[in-house]
Amino acid sequence: MKPARFEYVAVESVAEATEALADSEDARVLAGGQSLVPLMNLRLARPSLLVDVNGLGALSGFEARNGTLRFGAMCRHRFLETDPAVRRQAPIVAETAGLIGHVGIRNRGTLGGSIAHADPVAELPALLVALDGNVVASGTTGERTVPAAEFFAGPFMTSLEPAELLTAVEIPAHSEGDGGAFSEFVLRHGDFATAGVAVILHRDEGGACDRLRVAGCGLGPIPMDLSAAGEFLLGESALTDGGADELGRRVAAASDPTGDVHGSGEYRRELAAVLAADAVRRAWGRAGSAGRG
Amino acid sequence: MTDVRFSLNGEAAEVDVEPRELLLDTLRDRLSMTGAHAACEQGACGACTVLVGGASVRSCLMFTVQVNGAEVRTIEGVGSPGALHPIQQALSTHHGLQCGYCTPGMVLTALEMFEADPHPSRDEIVEWMSGNLCRCTGYINIVGALEALAGTAEAQS
Repeated sequence: MKPARFEYVAVESVAEATEALADSEDARVLAGGQSLVPLMNLRLARPSLLVDVNGLGALSGFEARNGTLRFGAMCRHRFLETDPAVRRQAPIVAETAGLIGHVGIRNRGTLGGSIAHADPVAELPALLVALDGNVVASGTTGERTVPAAEFFAGPFMTSLEPAELLTAVEIPAHSEGDGGAFSEFVLRHGDFATAGVAVILHRDEGGACDRLRVAGCGLGPIPMDLSAAGEFLLGESALTDGGADELGRRVAAASDPTGDVHGSGEYRRELAAVLAADAVRRAWGRAGSAGRG
Repeated sequence: MTDVRFSLNGEAAEVDVEPRELLLDTLRDRLSMTGAHAACEQGACGACTVLVGGASVRSCLMFTVQVNGAEVRTIEGVGSPGALHPIQQALSTHHGLQCGYCTPGMVLTALEMFEADPHPSRDEIVEWMSGNLCRCTGYINIVGALEALAGTAEAQS
């Protein structure tokens, strides 16, 4: 026996989940369990109640609506990585999901679980910030939509209320001229990133960049919105090596990384510069690969 | 205690467990499936890998109550000493194991891989197997064994 004793309920509806969460002092949601269960095995987490949401099949798909893609919270990383429709409609989501852990982890881990866990080095929270997406949360009194920029409150902390269940994630649908890339550095394949940078941009019909967003993981206490560092590239039709490197310098300057056993803050800042330059080069190429620019 | 029923290597299994009991411990301690190996017990090493519904999972990161109604496959359900599965035979032929502690997890992950793609490239094999740690072989022979098998028609089953 490794985890401390807990009560367990496998819910069959979102309403049942939020009621169970509301009724308990110290309940946790069990989604993929790839972060929570290790913490429980080490007894760093000792919830009194686990609310298992794996039976909520309605939360494991995605749909396009009015230019927005809405992903159910129970979309597993492996589904995001391999599903042909996701790869076509949200290629940056598929690419980023494939960076997480290993197949055995991705078979279980979920989008909603990763966002709600809010690990500052996790990939999907940073991607959500870069995509300027929303989090949909359900509580006993209804549903609310929270912009990613307001969702992450600190390391492993979010604006979710104790009785709320994260049910969906919304991002803009991929459209002509969009390009995205997620670049990260890991010590060993499949590890959490030492640092990572997502760049999401759009180029108009003339090839000029008219939107550019940047976010990072491992570069601060929350997934950092570093988009201001890329404003100088707006209106540009070509990305020079100097431009990519300049973005790297600005991203590094705007980062706020702390040091740990995997690398000092200074080292992470240097990584941020290299990763941002790499990500913007790849995103730029992809945005222009539709026969434009 | 919760009554949990599931299919284990094609046969019905039933256990009565506390919610906190990990699938790994149920398999080893109640059902004698000691081929699911306990090592890091926090999801890092892959030694406890089993297939649930055909997908590789860390059995140290699932509670037994979660497999109610599911199909679970362990290494005991793959091949036999007298008739090795082609994956087991390839690992043997190519010296893809030494102490063997990681091998059940390696085999089950490879099973899922060959189900998904009978002819993976070397890079794809490395990506698939990256979640299973081995401390003896240096991986070269494991990847070599699977690469040899990927070129043949018998990888699946």
